[in-house]
Amino acid sequence: MSALLTVEDLRVAFHTRTGTVDAVRGVSFELGRERLGIVGESGSGKSQTGRAIMGLTPPHAEVTARKLDFDGIDLTNISARARRDLRGDRIAMILQDPKYSLDPVMTIGRQIVESIQAHEKIGKSEASKRALAMLESVQIRDPARVYDLYPHEVSGGMGQRAMIAMMLIANPQLLIADEPTSALDVTVQLDVLRILDQLVTERGMGLIFISHDLRLVSSFCDRVIVMYAGRIVEQLKASELNQAQHPYTRGLLDCMPRLGAADRHPLPTLDRKPEWAL
Amino acid sequence: MANTADRVSTRGRRRSGASSLAWSILSFLVVAAITFLGLITVTFFIGRVIPIDPVLAIVGDRAPASVVAAARKQYGFDLPLWDQYLLYLTKALKGDFGNSVLSTYPVMDDIRRVLPATLELATVGTIIGLLLGIPLGVLAAVKRDSLIDQIVRVIGLVGYSVPIFWLGLMGLLVFYARLGWVEGPGRIGVAYEYSFTPITGLFLVDAILQGDWDVFRDVFRHIILPGALLGYFSMAYISRMTRSFMLNELSQEYIVAARAKGLSETRVIWGHALRNAAVPLVTVIALSYATLLEGSVLTETVFAWPGIGSYLYNSLQNADMNAVLGGTIVIGALFIALNLLSDLLYRVLDPRTRT
Ligand SMILES: Nc1ncnc2c1ncn2[C@@H]1O[C@H](COP(=O)(O)OP(=O)(O)O)[C@@H](O)[C@H]1O
Ligand SMILES: [Mg+2]
Repeated sequence: MSALLTVEDLRVAFHTRTGTVDAVRGVSFELGRERLGIVGESGSGKSQTGRAIMGLTPPHAEVTARKLDFDGIDLTNISARARRDLRGDRIAMILQDPKYSLDPVMTIGRQIVESIQAHEKIGKSEASKRALAMLESVQIRDPARVYDLYPHEVSGGMGQRAMIAMMLIANPQLLIADEPTSALDVTVQLDVLRILDQLVTERGMGLIFISHDLRLVSSFCDRVIVMYAGRIVEQLKASELNQAQHPYTRGLLDCMPRLGAADRHPLPTLDRKPEWAL
Repeated sequence: MANTADRVSTRGRRRSGASSLAWSILSFLVVAAITFLGLITVTFFIGRVIPIDPVLAIVGDRAPASVVAAARKQYGFDLPLWDQYLLYLTKALKGDFGNSVLSTYPVMDDIRRVLPATLELATVGTIIGLLLGIPLGVLAAVKRDSLIDQIVRVIGLVGYSVPIFWLGLMGLLVFYARLGWVEGPGRIGVAYEYSFTPITGLFLVDAILQGDWDVFRDVFRHIILPGALLGYFSMAYISRMTRSFMLNELSQEYIVAARAKGLSETRVIWGHALRNAAVPLVTVIALSYATLLEGSVLTETVFAWPGIGSYLYNSLQNADMNAVLGGTIVIGALFIALNLLSDLLYRVLDPRTRT
């Protein structure tokens, strides 16, 4: 079976005024219809790896790869238009915090409908019917009510379910979930994970599950990649976690990711807003 | 707007949202009323402390003492200050500011005549500023540091540093005197001035209502130069603020999510980012409109525009106190209304303010 996704020597560099930040430095892996976990501490390049696959790297960053192949499509050599057609339709992404990743001035229902309409010529009432059904399949009990709510009117758990509904409605083959439960209350984290688990299994999707929590990732995924400072330091089967060799992985395993080497990696850069200085 | 089609269920929740909106309107109206009362009070005391005898201003300083005394009684200036204040207040609330010494007409009639001229000009300016400023600001933010971004920067710089009367005179010199593309001073040509009967006082609107296209063309040729001038300043401000709001919105996570759904850039930018930027933009637009009203004295002088700016200026020059105070109160009320409107729009545009 050929791989769903092949990544070879992926690099992402940010050229900033103060110099170049190498966020991702030569990442390679393959993914079938399986669950791959990416772990690593904050700033290790997990999100940028995911976003490079999505084609959502910020404009001031430079992405290079020897190979970036999705289902036989060469992503390094594809028009922006074709890339966009893939997004949301065949490759989707769930972001971390629904408080920020849902448009605050648009109802949840409309945001899901918009997601369908981006890829299909479909009537409004048909689209909203499907959106309601999708809300139901992420186990929202009162979909008609939630459909009309604005993001600030729902809880984090509910918002993340809506996010999952929005991203899975087009039935993608690959889902990148970037810390999908990190921003949620511990009590609802499990609910959301269970829903995600069920949908991924039912639909036979490939999954890249990004998290800083090694134990969570290993219980959820088949295989785990450990990243540190933009590189993969170790790849192992989730079941063989205890045989991890790399000291960094062992550190993560000991649930002490912030001790030892942790203070060496490049710090995340500040979000500057020069426009306010005008 | 597009949301309404989707609001099929949850009537109950909407109703509670509507009642909270009604509540906030009510509380704002109370604030507006208090502000308005304060405005009237301040103008009353200004009218009393300045060293102009209001009675003499009415009857003239050569009137015989008996006439002066009669007038003093007639206008209530012999009453205690408190009663005078109450009288002033009740009259002001009815829109009665007395007669203008200069025009001899009731001040309110004068204002009814001159205010639409100012409003029409400021509105044309704001519309021009909006139609150009928003797209320019959006493009500048989207194509940051590109040529268009530089152009927006230069437009803003010129808007800041070039005085409006100088630009106005230059405009008149080039487009009126040299090229003859537009009409000169005033709102309407002498050929139409006496045959044309305004309805609303907004001449462009009146000409359309009456289907009089000759008048429309003439009025348009009069208003376009001062309108474009004000529009330029409005555009400079609006485009700069649009750019900065858009840059902020475009860096948000929901924009990444919108792109991850596979939306077109057009939809991401105009449907999501600008829709969010519209919330703070409302205040900016209201502010820009208020600035154009405020700046009307200069523009109206340069273009001999018979608006409230030049009316107030003339009244002040001639110590026509009723006109000055009445005009001030009306402009103040206008600002309060503008504030109320922008606050309401803000609530309509941002669902987070409704619950
Ligand atoms: N917009 C940006 N500009 C400059 N550097 C960035 C930007 N986004 C991310 N980076 C850098 O890329 C590195 C990896 O970031 P990221 O992939 O978000 O890490 P994480 O593993 O926490 O998801 C960070 O160290 C950060 O400094
Ligand atoms: Mg991250």
